[in-house]
Amino acid sequence: MLALYVPRASPVHRTPAGWKLLALAGLSVLVFAVPTLPVSGGAVAAVLLLGLAVAQLPAGVLLRQARAVLWWLVGLFVLHAVLTDVLTGTLTVLRLLALVLAAAVVTATTRVTEMVAVIERICRPLEWVGVRPARIGLVIAMALRFIPLIAERADRIREAQAARGGLPRGLRGLATTVVPLLVQVLQMAHTTAEALDARGADDEPLPRRRRRDR
Amino acid sequence: MRLRRETAAPVADPTRGVELRAVGHVYGDRLVLADIDLHLTERRIGIVGANGSGKSTFARLLNGLVVPTTGSVLVDGLDTRAHVREVRRRVGFVFQDPDAQIVYPTVAEDVAYGLENQGVPAAERAERVAEVLERYGLAGHADHPAHLLSGGQKQLLAIAGVLVMRPARIVFDEPTTLLDLVNTRRVAQLVEDLEQQVVVVTHDLDLLHGFDRVLVIDDGRVVTDGPPDSSVSAYRALMVHR
Repeated sequence: MLALYVPRASPVHRTPAGWKLLALAGLSVLVFAVPTLPVSGGAVAAVLLLGLAVAQLPAGVLLRQARAVLWWLVGLFVLHAVLTDVLTGTLTVLRLLALVLAAAVVTATTRVTEMVAVIERICRPLEWVGVRPARIGLVIAMALRFIPLIAERADRIREAQAARGGLPRGLRGLATTVVPLLVQVLQMAHTTAEALDARGADDEPLPRRRRRDR
Repeated sequence: MRLRRETAAPVADPTRGVELRAVGHVYGDRLVLADIDLHLTERRIGIVGANGSGKSTFARLLNGLVVPTTGSVLVDGLDTRAHVREVRRRVGFVFQDPDAQIVYPTVAEDVAYGLENQGVPAAERAERVAEVLERYGLAGHADHPAHLLSGGQKQLLAIAGVLVMRPARIVFDEPTTLLDLVNTRRVAQLVEDLEQQVVVVTHDLDLLHGFDRVLVIDDGRVVTDGPPDSSVSAYRALMVHR
């Protein structure tokens, strides 16, 4: 979902996000409630057909998602092959693969704003206890926006350390990356809060506690 | 992030410009701005000063991101302390680091964010977003992830996200600091083409060419106020003696 949306004019793209999420939930229930090879294998085939032929997604988009869980799937298959049997292992792998691919199809065909709108609708009952659904939606959208950015900043810190003589490993390496990253993220969070204010998020003026340039 | 209740029905007078009356600001026991009395009505206003001189705080006063500890700031006659929401609709703000102000994962979604806050209907929102993306050369990137844009494109996106809200005035806080020469020129041209009143905080003295007025801030005070040539000369002289 981080950078997965692939713009196309397909019927899958046009389907409302709520229906797609519902279908994803339905598929999850189906593959676990009916643990047979034809159902799980059919689910994988159907998802591939939907993603590649109907939604016209590049195969690489789905392949990347499958590759991300490849070692989990291999591990699960081996575990089942040793402890239970090959058939159960195959079934488990197909079930998870169907869900991973289906989730990839949903995220590749749905804009973040549509997904956020659904989440806001789901959270609407929470208004009774003082929760503002729009804020939950914004938090989710911002998490998706900032995860790759923070990863990029972490890479820059590691590069800067490497340029100055090496990369400490283990716990020390973790600390020397995490601490400066945390400082950068907090500074960025402060500016982002100001930017949200400036773009009409209806907040009170922020106290300015820290700034590089007054 | 609490909702701020504003005092009743502000009446704005666009002819009044931005007024700073006896403005002072402190953080803790540190004096950041002092004795500032200004009336900003010119179309192009530049702010220069050394690091830590107080110019970023000054910029933030203009749209209510910071309220002064003493004195008051009025935008079109609206006090930033009492009418912050209305002031922010009138004064857009572009930050130095575009990464910190782009809040949605994709380009078009981020540009639309401010309009959603203003309650602009979806059809008009889409039209205005498309128009602003086209104008700033980002139309082909509408569905692209923002984090994959170049530095210059990110700054243009950040500016587009503000301009789409059609503020009457725009404050830029060091908009070219992170940009290469080509993108610096693009932003300079963009600033020049804007019809709105523009206040630019910058270290890039070339950017001030053709401005109507330039203020030099030093140690929290406005030490020079005049046309670009004389203000920039005064600023250079000030920095030489540091």
